[in-house]
Amino acid sequence: MSDAKSALNNASFDGIARVEECGLQGMITLRGDLGSEGMSKAVKDAVGQGMPGQREVKVEGDTGAIWMSPDELLLLVPHARADETCASLAETLRGEHALAVNVSDARALFRVSGSPAREVMGKLAPVDFAPGAFEPGHIRRSRMAQVSAAFWMDDAESFRIICFRSTADYVFKLLKAAAQPGSAVKYYA
Amino acid sequence: MLLLHCPYCGVDAEETELSPGGEAHLTRHGPGASDDDFHDYLFTRENPRGVHFDRWRHAHGCGKWFHAARCTQTLEVFGTYSAQTSAPPQKICDAISKKRPGWSWRDLS
Repeated sequence: MSDAKSALNNASFDGIARVEECGLQGMITLRGDLGSEGMSKAVKDAVGQGMPGQREVKVEGDTGAIWMSPDELLLLVPHARADETCASLAETLRGEHALAVNVSDARALFRVSGSPAREVMGKLAPVDFAPGAFEPGHIRRSRMAQVSAAFWMDDAESFRIICFRSTADYVFKLLKAAAQPGSAVKYYA
Repeated sequence: MLLLHCPYCGVDAEETELSPGGEAHLTRHGPGASDDDFHDYLFTRENPRGVHFDRWRHAHGCGKWFHAARCTQTLEVFGTYSAQTSAPPQKICDAISKKRPGWSWRDLS
């Protein structure tokens, strides 16, 4: 196989918060009836997590399951395991109306960390990032400036953001601008 | 600016993360229909001042279509509901009646 590279090759930026591209991450889009037993079993087998509820994220490190819509999940697995996980999902879900596709190389993943992380995100997306309104364990799919993105918090001071690979450069520049030194507005302080 | 509650992912989505889908509850007249029906299906729209029903897609979010009942004059939103229906649910009509007694839209009132 060719030498896989992430969109921005782990580029990073230090401003009021640290912005970094997370490098290669396996991502699998899984669609089907999320209420079915077969689906729960397939998710458990693939990432060792239970079925996430509405707008819920069950991720530890680079592995987990993210609720994307009422009939769609995004599974995170180590990049090297994405293809085999996809194949075993297809095997587990044989006979069910479901679809698993490896989208790892069609997406980019970023991390924003540091105490002003909420603020950096709040400048870019029409979402309430106030503590209490958005917390670790929540996923929100929305837009960042002009492009679609999905984001969740790993802890109180760090976000991970998924966008299309084709918009990775745009999103990185947005995040850099929003994290520019001296640009803190302390809205969520 | 509208804030619409997406009935599928349960967030109050801001207008800019949605894409508008035009008027709700159109009856599709396709092949075999009369020219008049097809003309009306393509071109005839309500354009009311007041209560209106339209379709929206949570384009940057969960990607699902849904319906919204709102007022074109004040941008007040009466409610949103599933796309899998050909008429607004009674709950939505009641909510409108409460705030706009005597409202009508096509043959609804």
